[in-house]
Amino acid sequence: MQEILSVFVRSIFVDNMIFAYFLGMCSFLAVSKNVKTAMGLGIAVIFVLTCTLPINYLLENYVLKEGALVWISPEFAGVDLSFLGLIIFIAVIASFVQLVEMLVEKISPSLYASLGIFLPLMAVNCAILGGSLFMQQKDFPNVGMATVYGLGSGVGWLLAIVGMAAIREKLEYSDIPKPLRGLGMAFIITALMGIGFMSFSGIKI
Amino acid sequence: MGLISEKNKFVLFNPLSKDNPITVQMLGVCSALAVTSKLEPSLVMAMAVIVVMAVANVIISLMRNTIPNRIRIIVQLVVVAALVTIVSEVLKAFAYDVSKQLSVFIGLIITNCILMGRLEAFALANKPWPSFLDGIGNGLGYGIILVIVGFFRELLGSGTLMDYQIIPEICYEWGYANNGLMILPPMALIVVACIIWFQRSKDKSLQE
Repeated sequence: MQEILSVFVRSIFVDNMIFAYFLGMCSFLAVSKNVKTAMGLGIAVIFVLTCTLPINYLLENYVLKEGALVWISPEFAGVDLSFLGLIIFIAVIASFVQLVEMLVEKISPSLYASLGIFLPLMAVNCAILGGSLFMQQKDFPNVGMATVYGLGSGVGWLLAIVGMAAIREKLEYSDIPKPLRGLGMAFIITALMGIGFMSFSGIKI
Repeated sequence: MGLISEKNKFVLFNPLSKDNPITVQMLGVCSALAVTSKLEPSLVMAMAVIVVMAVANVIISLMRNTIPNRIRIIVQLVVVAALVTIVSEVLKAFAYDVSKQLSVFIGLIITNCILMGRLEAFALANKPWPSFLDGIGNGLGYGIILVIVGFFRELLGSGTLMDYQIIPEICYEWGYANNGLMILPPMALIVVACIIWFQRSKDKSLQE
């Protein structure tokens, strides 16, 4: 239990996808112009991360890893399919994003309309593939941990994008040197927030 | 029409400055920041992206008339993923240390928006040769930013370049200290912001 909590908190604050690894920066910078759409995209990212991580974890451990196919027959002990990892992960993510898109369209057309193009674009959001690749690197002991890691990373991403959107809404009223307006300032703010988030890095739970 | 016509020259060189993928098109920011704490990984990353970009652009451009519109994203992803897998295996074989350092970011070239963005915006509508040039141009534009950021971060943060000591020992004796902050990830953003600031104050048409 304590370990799960630790993975969860670490993935939100210490290993924050945006501030520690800069993953999902493109949509982070493009969508963080107002809080409402930022919130919508954040929730969608949480959802996809939480669903794809366990699937990819199972694929990694029961199909791709060296000796992972032993459960079919002991002859496969020497088979190592890990070079297929990238393609399989991205296929799972792309098909899942497609699925989510269809579901959202069916269940809640209003949410579908407000998310617009960013829903299908999630397939190329680095934060989501990054989640799967970090999961591969971190070698979690069971599928529950991987799910919690996905959930935590998603929550961290949501936190970052909503905070950023709130700051950028206020930024409209400030007097910034012309060449820095827009993208330049967004970069600097992200950096300052990142430095702020680094204060979490010493925390152990 | 020669191989390098006026138009093709424009396609090749425009992304280097005026239409730079990172500072203007805002593509591929993610990986640009995470790998640039040293010059060497920045160079390797830039090279990997240039190669993947050029080849993927050509492949998609060759297939542009046969890909059904509805599933084009999946097709693009598969092409890019296959190429990235090759690059990643090659790196593991010939430059293991660097590939360890870059960790997941080689894999993340797949979702690098720069690739999808250029495939969507250029390769799907143009012939293979201009697409190839577009890939090289955008890859170089991306690489330049990476190398500049890597250069400043390594020089100011560790006093070295490509792991050779640049700042002489005597400076340290006189009280010069490396700026440890430059090694930390957030400083990459600040350096990129400075590049944007510099570029936009030179070129007023880019200002918002």
